[in-house]
Amino acid sequence: MPTVSVKRDLLFQALGRTYTDEEFNELCFEFGLELDEITSEKDIISKEKGEDRAKGASDTVLYKIDVPANRYDLLCLEGLVRGLQVFKERISLPRYEKIIPAEGEGQKLIITEKTVQVRPHAVAAVLRDITFTKERYDSFIDLQEKLHQNICRRRALVAIGTHDLDTISGPFTYTAKAPSEIKFKPLNQSQEYTASQIMDLYRTDSHLRHYLHLIENKPRYPVIYDSNGVVLSMPPIINGDHTKISVNTKNVFIECTGTDITKAKIVLDIIVTMFSEYCEKPFSVEAVEVIYPNGKTHICPELAYRKEKVKPELINKKIGISETPSSLAKLLTRMCLKSHVIGNGNNIEIEIPPTRADIIHACDIVEDAAIAYGYNNIQMAIPKTYTIANQLPLNKLTELLRLDLAAAGFTEALTFALCSQEDVADKLGMDISATKAVRIANPKTAEFQVARTTLLPGLLKTIAANRKMPLPLKLFEISDVVVKDPNTGSAFFPGRCAEVFAKGQSIGKLGVLHPDVITKFELSMPCSAVEINIEPFV
Amino acid sequence: MSPGVAELLLQRLEREAAAPGAGICSLEAAAALGLDHQALVGAVKSLQALGEVIEAEPRAATRWELSPEGTEVLRDGSPEVRLFRSLPAEGLPQADAMKLPGGSVGFSKAMANKWLRLEKGAPGGPRVFRAVSGVQDTVQEALRRLHQGETEAVPERERNDLKRRKLLLEVTLKSYWIRKGSAFSTAVARQETELTPEMITTGSWRQLPFKPYNFAALGLAPAAGHLHPLLKVRSELRQIFLEMGFTEMPTQNFVESSFWNFDALFQPQQHPARDQHDTFFLQDPAEAAELPPGYTAKVKKVHSHGGYGSQGYKYDWKLEEARRNLLRTHTTAASARMLYRLAQQERFSPVKYFSIDRVFRNESLDATHLAEFHQVEGVVADRGLTLGHLMGILRQFFTKLGITQLRFKPAYNPYTEPSMEVFSYHEGLKKWVEVGNSGIFRPEMLLPMGLPENISVLAWGLSLER
Repeated sequence: MPTVSVKRDLLFQALGRTYTDEEFNELCFEFGLELDEITSEKDIISKEKGEDRAKGASDTVLYKIDVPANRYDLLCLEGLVRGLQVFKERISLPRYEKIIPAEGEGQKLIITEKTVQVRPHAVAAVLRDITFTKERYDSFIDLQEKLHQNICRRRALVAIGTHDLDTISGPFTYTAKAPSEIKFKPLNQSQEYTASQIMDLYRTDSHLRHYLHLIENKPRYPVIYDSNGVVLSMPPIINGDHTKISVNTKNVFIECTGTDITKAKIVLDIIVTMFSEYCEKPFSVEAVEVIYPNGKTHICPELAYRKEKVKPELINKKIGISETPSSLAKLLTRMCLKSHVIGNGNNIEIEIPPTRADIIHACDIVEDAAIAYGYNNIQMAIPKTYTIANQLPLNKLTELLRLDLAAAGFTEALTFALCSQEDVADKLGMDISATKAVRIANPKTAEFQVARTTLLPGLLKTIAANRKMPLPLKLFEISDVVVKDPNTGSAFFPGRCAEVFAKGQSIGKLGVLHPDVITKFELSMPCSAVEINIEPFV
Repeated sequence: MSPGVAELLLQRLEREAAAPGAGICSLEAAAALGLDHQALVGAVKSLQALGEVIEAEPRAATRWELSPEGTEVLRDGSPEVRLFRSLPAEGLPQADAMKLPGGSVGFSKAMANKWLRLEKGAPGGPRVFRAVSGVQDTVQEALRRLHQGETEAVPERERNDLKRRKLLLEVTLKSYWIRKGSAFSTAVARQETELTPEMITTGSWRQLPFKPYNFAALGLAPAAGHLHPLLKVRSELRQIFLEMGFTEMPTQNFVESSFWNFDALFQPQQHPARDQHDTFFLQDPAEAAELPPGYTAKVKKVHSHGGYGSQGYKYDWKLEEARRNLLRTHTTAASARMLYRLAQQERFSPVKYFSIDRVFRNESLDATHLAEFHQVEGVVADRGLTLGHLMGILRQFFTKLGITQLRFKPAYNPYTEPSMEVFSYHEGLKKWVEVGNSGIFRPEMLLPMGLPENISVLAWGLSLER
């Protein structure tokens, strides 16, 4: 779940009232958020680097709020406040307006066909006459980072660039060039670098080095220029220093580029809806004309409002309540889904704003109605579903065997299904290729290389970890192993082992373990074992 | 208990402490009897267990003993005096002086006592000379006094000094002051520990004294087998589901395809959970062999274009991605398989399914995170089910677990909508803790399977380890 960190007092100021921590916790619970932590900058530094380094850090109380992963409109203070205020019916959802400038006056973004090979899509918009304060500016930067981490999938799908429009002039061109042909001064650097040099420059940067691979091996890197050849950005790596925005910036040019056009549009919509609040004309966004390689044009941002019709009975039936259509419409409006009753009062028309890209089916609307109603207000009911239960025969047999084995004096172990290659091969005196074990592609440690083909290594490791316990140690385990093919092995002492047959079928082996196996598991006492497959008995 | 020692002690008490109030010291008694003090203490303790036979008052005395180094000093003199006496009249270079008997310890002590003089500017380097004509070995004298037991002759400060120099050891001696008790007798009554068959048949138990139980001792653990505690919880939950009419789903496959684990559940291919970081993907076998073709096409469509009343996710759905094998991250994959099988039936019949089995997450291990854990899952599929029904069945389920105070919180899962997190009040922690996750499966998951539109499927899950 993404976490948004907001200054508590700023939050309360925007909400127009204060809350105790418990009250705010309750509000979050009701709405579907989680107040994960109450801390301060000082606390954070104290925990990470020790109390000395925390001296002088801010004491301002921070609320860390967990937000559902599909609610991009709640990833910043502005969005949280707006959502909560509408939920509490203190404001109504603002209407986001796309302003299309007069012919010849608007900004244009031209996409060349050279981007097709690397990151073909781009959308853009302008926030006109905006007023930033330090807090708003920080929030603006933070939101971009949050979106990058979440919906943008760490910039792989979409990268965001924001620029001071007054430092550049359109029309803008989004193209791709060979690394040696791109040269500019990156954000916060003091000199110009070519793109190849930039790759090297940021190879050790703790933040940016994770994105280099997204374009590094391509023949051409994406780059955005203005009409005078000034570089706005080289997405998804870094913006140019020339266009950097500050608290004093009044006009912002926002571009989103990447490999997924749907997500690029959603991201642009989120940024402009959240921060157009601070424009001279609040909640208005200036459109940009995007021109495709084939000459087609598209006006950005989308800022689309979608209308859906949902029957009140459906909502009532799915939740298990019986509200009137108008009261359901009111509930939905509280969730930023402006609704009203239409027809003969037997239908509800819902307007889905551009901030709610998470609404993709009527069931999403049903959930929002339930949240506004209050989950804990819903009456519980018992389903009338009549069924006779059946046990899975294998599990039934397992339960019977477990009890009898414990009664016979054996202690049950529960061991990991993942283990090292040696555990199922070398240590058991077998060749790894003969075991036909299932291999893991991305184990975090050597202990998770393969899935166990036999239960024996797990039990032997358990005994090794319990060497200090008094003897005898009698263990058992009944569980699944993972095999591509049944295997044969020489884990046993020659002449002191036997194959077990049931109804003419081989089901396993028993015997004294080979001394080599015992030693490889760091044991020293003689050990006997039996392993059988119980599936034939089911 | 050794009757011999106890009896000897009782006899000695009778002799030496006949007068009322008189007593004997355990240390003296042990010495007089030629016994190890500990053996006597053992006898004291066993006599104490018999009741009021003796009274034993614990005492502690401190004694000063010479350490091995101290014994050396007593014999040869203190290091500083030895060094002083070995220093020739003409003095020695400092380095050589430190090598004299007494060494560097003696040197620094002698310097501190101002017995030596160091001339720094001497030719050939700093040179050590005697500063006084003669010295007294007070340290040796003090040790002799203490060794002879004249503790008061040596002031405390000097004693502590010697202790710091590790020449003296302060030894605490624990002893007992033993007196006759109210039930004193020289005969040690032997106490029985067990009732024997002979005692029963002869009736001799009526005359014999029995030793009282020592409740401070640990008993002998019986030889027994044991069931694993976590698996006992599993059995309990299995029982609860069966009591509620839920049928057990087959889950004996740790290996699953991305298709059943994610795509069939309407979890998009770009979802973070499908990352290397969270999921164990397989190197071998890397891909699933067969996926149901007609169904796969429907899943592709709903992800990329929508349909079934949905906008879809609008991205390019790739079959190769769905083919990738992994270790299942949830048993919901098994539930999906069962629901698909249900949908292939001629006529729909309502079902209640459950499973409790192992799932895998590619996490780094720490105190609260495992890479393998057990997921508990319940599923109800029927007509006309509501969110209220889900809450109702959760209440029934958790009540059987002894959890009665429940609250529900809106949540998000890619495959359920509405979704709810289930919270319960923990009396010990005095706060609400999450006990499970639940929801109603999305139509984008159920309809491509072929389930009728008016069917709702409720589902919930929790981890066994919690």
